[in-house]
Amino acid sequence: MAQAQVQVKRLPLAGYEAAAHAVKMADVDVIAAYPITPQTNIVEELATMVANGELDAEYVHVESEHSAISAVVGASLTGARVFTATSSQGLALMHEILFITATARAPVVMAVVNRALSGPINIWNDHSDAMAERDTGWIQLWALNAQEVFDTILQAYRIAEDNSVLLPVMVNLDGYILGHTVEAVELPDEKLVKDFVPSRPLQNRLSLKTCYTVGVMGNPDYYYEMKYQAIDALERSADVIKKVGEEFGEVFGRRYKPLDLYYVEDAEALLISMGSTAGTALAAVKRMRKRGEKVGLVRIWMYRPFPVKELRDVLKGVKAVGVVDRATCPGAIGGPVFADIATLFSNDREKPLLRDFIAGLGGRDIRIEDFEYMLNKTLEAAKTGIVDKICDYVGLRW
Amino acid sequence: MRLLSSSKKLPGWRELPIGIMNVNPGSSVNYDVASWRTFRPVIDQSKCTKCSLCWVYCPDAAVEIKKVDGGEVFEINYKFCKGCGICESVCPIKAIKMVEEVA
Repeated sequence: MAQAQVQVKRLPLAGYEAAAHAVKMADVDVIAAYPITPQTNIVEELATMVANGELDAEYVHVESEHSAISAVVGASLTGARVFTATSSQGLALMHEILFITATARAPVVMAVVNRALSGPINIWNDHSDAMAERDTGWIQLWALNAQEVFDTILQAYRIAEDNSVLLPVMVNLDGYILGHTVEAVELPDEKLVKDFVPSRPLQNRLSLKTCYTVGVMGNPDYYYEMKYQAIDALERSADVIKKVGEEFGEVFGRRYKPLDLYYVEDAEALLISMGSTAGTALAAVKRMRKRGEKVGLVRIWMYRPFPVKELRDVLKGVKAVGVVDRATCPGAIGGPVFADIATLFSNDREKPLLRDFIAGLGGRDIRIEDFEYMLNKTLEAAKTGIVDKICDYVGLRW
Repeated sequence: MRLLSSSKKLPGWRELPIGIMNVNPGSSVNYDVASWRTFRPVIDQSKCTKCSLCWVYCPDAAVEIKKVDGGEVFEINYKFCKGCGICESVCPIKAIKMVEEVA
C-alpha cells in the first residue's frame, strides 16, 4: 500500500497517451502495429517511447492489421507480453485472427479506439467495430474516461495472463471522445504498478524443447472440444476480472466492477449504456432526479463475459429498462446490447419492459436532451406499461 | 494428448491440452483417415513395373514400398490414403484402378 516514497503523477493526457503510458508501465515486450488510418496515436506514442529508449520492447512494423494481430499472437505464444491497437476497419481486418487468438489462448491485450465501420467512410465514434467482434471469444472491457483507459489496460494484463484465464482482452475506448480528448490522468507509482503487474512468467509454447504444434487442425472429432475450452475459460474469467478489479481498488484507490450503478435503488426506469456517453447519460439522470423522476443508470464496464448475475440482480423488479446501443443489428429487433439484455429474462414470467435506443452512429452527437428523451420514454413505459416502439433511432433526421 | 483413431473413445474437453495445441509431435501417424475416402486405389501387382511414379506423386506418402521375397512391391497404406486418385492418373501402364468404397 501507499508508502512515503510513492510517487503519483497527475498529468493532462489524451486517452491515447493514457493508453500508451499504461502499456509502457506494464513493460510489454512486443508491439506490432500498422500505422495508417484508422490507426490512432497510441502506437505512435509507443513507437516514440521505444525509439527514445524509454521502453525496452520489440516494435514490429507490419503491413496490415491482419499481420499486426498475427504477429502479436505468435509473440504471445513464446511467452512475451504483447500489445497492439486498432480501430474500425483495422479491427475488421483482424476478424479471422481474433477467433484464433482466443482459442489459441494467447493473452494478447489490444486497445480498440471505437469508430464506425464503413460505409460510408467515417472515422468517428460509435461501437460498430467492437460489436462486430463480440462473438470472437475475447474479453471486452469498456472505459468511461481516460483514467479508466489507463487503469483498464493495467488490469487487462493481469486478467489475460492469469493462468486460469489465458484469453485476449480488448480494451475499448470511444474514438475522439476518449481517444483524443485531454483529461487529468493519475499515473501511479511505478513500483506499485510493477508489483501489481509483474513480468509475465515465461511459458514458451513454441520453444524447440517443447516442440508443440499450435493452431492444429481440429476435425469434427476434435474441433468442438477445443472450441469449448475457450468458451468455458471466458465464462470463468468473470471471477478473475472481479478479483483483479477489487485488488486494483485496494492498491490504487479506484475499484472496478462489471457494472457501475447510479441511482438504481428506487428507480422505476433504468438506462443501460457503455463507454464514455455514460457521463452524459448521468448528467441527464441527475437533471431528472432534481425534478423528482425516479430514473437511474447502469454502465457496463465488463461486456464480455456478459455480467448475467449482476445485471439480473439490478434489473429485477425495475418496471422498464432502456438500452443505449451505439451499433446496429440490421434486420433484427434491436441493437446488440439490447439483444443481450433481452435474453437475460427470456425464461422469467415477471420481467421489465424493454426499449432499445440506437444513438450516436458514426459520431453523431448524443446530447443530454437525447438522454432525457430516452429516460422519459423508458419512464413512460414504466408508468403506462406500454412500449410504443421497441427500437427507436434517436437523433435520426426524418 | 493422444490423437486416437476413431474406433477408440476420444478425450473430453477437459482432457485435451488448452490452446488448440498438439503436444505430441508426429502423432498424425496415429490418425486414421480411411473414412475420408470414397474411392480406393487398387494396384494390380501383375501389371506393376515398379516405376515408382505413384510413390513420387502421392501427396500423402501413402504409397509404401514393401520388401517381399525376391524384391519389392508397391502397396497403398489405406490408413493414410484419402482417395485423391493421383496415383491412378500418373500410372503409365494403368496398373492402378480407383474402386468405389462400400460401407
